[in-house]
Amino acid sequence: MLEIKNLHANINGKEILKGINLTVKPGEVHAIMGPNGSGKSTLSSVLAGNPAYVVTEGEVTFYGKNLLELSPEDRSREGVFLSFQYPVEIPGVSMVNFMRTAVNEHRKYKGLDPMSASDFLKLMREKKELVELDNKLANRSVNEGFSGGEKKRNEIFQMAMLEPRLSILDETDSGLDIDALRIVASGVNKLKSNDNASIVITHYQRLLDYIVPDFVHVLYKGRIVKSAGRELALELEEKGYDWIKKELGE
Amino acid sequence: MSENIVDKVTQGDYKYGFVTDIETDIIPKGLNEDIVRLISQKKGEPEWLLEYRLKAYRHWCTLKMPDWAHLNIPEIDYQDIYYFAAPKSKPSPKSLDEVDPELLKTFDKLGIPLEEQKQLSGMAVDAVMDSISVKTTYKENLAELGIVFCSFSEAVKDYPDLVKKYLGTAVPYDDNFFAALNSAVFSDGSFVYIPKGVRCPMELSTYFRINAKNTGQFERTLIVADDDSYVSYLEGCTAPVRDESQLHAAIVELVAHDRAEIKYSTVQNWYPGDKDGKGGIYNFVTKRALCKGDSSKVSWTQVETGSAITWKYPSCVLLGDNSVGEFYSVAVTNNYQQADTGTKMIHIGKNTRSHIVSKGISAGRSQNSYRGLVKVTKNADGARNFSQCDSLLLGDKCGAHTFPYMDIKNDTAVVEHEATTSKINEDQIFYCNQRGISNEDAVGLIVNGYAKEVLNKLPMEFAVEAQKLLSVSLEGSVG
Repeated sequence: MLEIKNLHANINGKEILKGINLTVKPGEVHAIMGPNGSGKSTLSSVLAGNPAYVVTEGEVTFYGKNLLELSPEDRSREGVFLSFQYPVEIPGVSMVNFMRTAVNEHRKYKGLDPMSASDFLKLMREKKELVELDNKLANRSVNEGFSGGEKKRNEIFQMAMLEPRLSILDETDSGLDIDALRIVASGVNKLKSNDNASIVITHYQRLLDYIVPDFVHVLYKGRIVKSAGRELALELEEKGYDWIKKELGE
Repeated sequence: MSENIVDKVTQGDYKYGFVTDIETDIIPKGLNEDIVRLISQKKGEPEWLLEYRLKAYRHWCTLKMPDWAHLNIPEIDYQDIYYFAAPKSKPSPKSLDEVDPELLKTFDKLGIPLEEQKQLSGMAVDAVMDSISVKTTYKENLAELGIVFCSFSEAVKDYPDLVKKYLGTAVPYDDNFFAALNSAVFSDGSFVYIPKGVRCPMELSTYFRINAKNTGQFERTLIVADDDSYVSYLEGCTAPVRDESQLHAAIVELVAHDRAEIKYSTVQNWYPGDKDGKGGIYNFVTKRALCKGDSSKVSWTQVETGSAITWKYPSCVLLGDNSVGEFYSVAVTNNYQQADTGTKMIHIGKNTRSHIVSKGISAGRSQNSYRGLVKVTKNADGARNFSQCDSLLLGDKCGAHTFPYMDIKNDTAVVEHEATTSKINEDQIFYCNQRGISNEDAVGLIVNGYAKEVLNKLPMEFAVEAQKLLSVSLEGSVG
């Protein structure tokens, strides 16, 4: 579904991604690990179309379409979802209104009529239960006054609502205690199917105890320097990122 | 990057910019005593009202245009304006058959059908085009309750005692430059009287439309709520797109007696000028309420999105003990629009309370100022005020300013003021984008969220309109 070839990107003139290659197929879970500053979050931002980043070289196709040519909102409507590392607060905008706008935009893109209010509220109820989101949160403004854990849970709730084909989870585990981590991970696992795929970006391997990856990639200085199965994550946990640096002869 | 996002969006078209082709009765340009007499004569006014106009005119001649507002006002040639223009059709028509079909079409197009059966139930409308009232609906039904709802000109004829008693009590003719001008040449507007103990069962509303070229609109509205009565009143306004600017200087006076309550809501959408700042309405309005009676209450709610220049401070004079004044405002400026708006709360009675919520939104190269005065006089024991003034900036070429004044002469007063300034940031917009929401819809959502506290104060039908209007006004302000 997703094919990244020789992707280069920079921010404020500084090159962060220096030739990424990655192929993701439906049903797969890919973990991307790496030390701070290696370009993990940049990769997720570039895939989602954050205008702060400039792609200088390479290509990204999503189900045959040139993803880089699409606006951020069209990428979302095509089924690319980013769970933000730092979800943004939008004061005064209720979650209901926000999600209803989003869901209906997705439907419009597919040529469907907007959802009726009652159908929409029913959908919200179902998905809230699925990801164990507190009713109170769904009635508040988008992320306003949410704790770190609540924000992350809210991201997974939105993912459940939009049913993306590709989910990118950017450091979803950061700032979560073990209980919150378990709830978030179980939400992600429930949403997993043979038709969708995830890219899980994380610094630590503990999230991967809950969301089991099919592939683990190590990102370092803007390149994927090592790819293997799940065991790579455990090895990294044990040996640390210095081991990678040594392997690269640094 | 913020440049990119914020520069691209601002070109929503003004939806109400059409011109109605209708024969207009217009008097010569310019202003002098003869013109004032001519206006009064055209309207068939009694001698006392002509005297009032002339007094105001003579006073106006001694005044200079105020320059204290944070506005850059091009020189206005008061001799180059038509002071009276009326669509040529029968004044105060008895039935719709007597109203020119072109006029009906105009108001239909504006979403204000004048056929009663087509209207939203629960709303009576007075439609004013240029200098005269075209039609007032539901007049008869309201009359059964003793409620007077008619054009100002009719009120002068049919209820001269009421008009005489209250005209100029909240806004004296010598109050300020524009008030004096209006008092000299005022055209039409609405008059409302709610008798003792009556709760007005429907929203009363006036729709103002400027149509004729080079014409000023000087409407005058007077609302009196007698003891224990209640009324909710709405005001809406639009004008055609024209290259030259047009002057609008209105007066609104509200008087609330014992335990009476008046809710006054405005959605102001005069033509704001084009994206280069050409044309647009100059909006200089004096609005004031006298909370005359004990425990009386007045709330002003305004959504200001139009006009090239806005100069407007709906105020409350809290005379009665335990009286309450409220001001809820959303002011949006885009492109080259300028707004200097706010309120005055004058606490005179004991235990009077006032509440101010102002939300300014600036985009483009616009300037948006809040100017508010909270005054507590010597004997106003137990006065309380809370003010909250927020500014939201879209982009970095616009300005937001807050000028709060406090004049407290009584030690028991509790006065609080809070102010914030924030920017719509690209993170919020990108977050919406990532969920499939376009830039324009994202700005609409964010701005409406920001203004929610004020929008919630509007009557329902109006709130929906206002929400749409906010999004449309900022169309093009974010790319």
